[in-house]
Amino acid sequence: MFRPSHFAAVVLFALFASVVFGITQRDTPRRMLRYGIYCFVLFVASAVVLSWVMFLIAR
Amino acid sequence: MRYSQKGMATDPNKNAAEPDILQRFVYLPLIAGWLVPGAGHFLLRKWGRGALLAASILGMFTLGLLMQGKLYGGAQDILDMLGLAGDLGNGLLYLVSRALGLGVDQVQVTTADYGTRFIVVAGLLNVIAAVDAHNLRTGRKS
Repeated sequence: MFRPSHFAAVVLFALFASVVFGITQRDTPRRMLRYGIYCFVLFVASAVVLSWVMFLIAR
Repeated sequence: MRYSQKGMATDPNKNAAEPDILQRFVYLPLIAGWLVPGAGHFLLRKWGRGALLAASILGMFTLGLLMQGKLYGGAQDILDMLGLAGDLGNGLLYLVSRALGLGVDQVQVTTADYGTRFIVVAGLLNVIAAVDAHNLRTGRKS
């Protein structure tokens, strides 16, 4: 059984989703790579920011 | 002003080397891509894209199962219905996994909840990939 931490799960999710988004939403390899990286950073950054927001609300 | 006619009104994905069935049946990459992740792109000889899509979708689905994610089998309420729709996006992966009895019926640990989402999202990503293969086939995308 595979038991990743919440953050590891977020990173894996972001990686797989970003690869598919990059390939399907852009035309050229260079733009695919840039868009994939952009999606990955947005996925992870938004998860980190929302986690801090929930942490501060819960205090 | 002179306009070059090179490439106008032509489908860049069509060539003489394409199998006959692929030229006749425009929905083949869409259906193949849905049934087997990446197969639509492989049919169109987009080997790199197909391999990356297959690795991502298969990886996500497999990790979902390894996390003891749930495979939706029926639809008792609206959330189950949406989950089932997402799972069906995996095509043969879902059908074979159901037939083999993979996946759990009840989510009992937190990672199983992540796993369930991984499986559903893998299905949704597979649908996006299959539609992309269809767009490549019709020439809407290059």
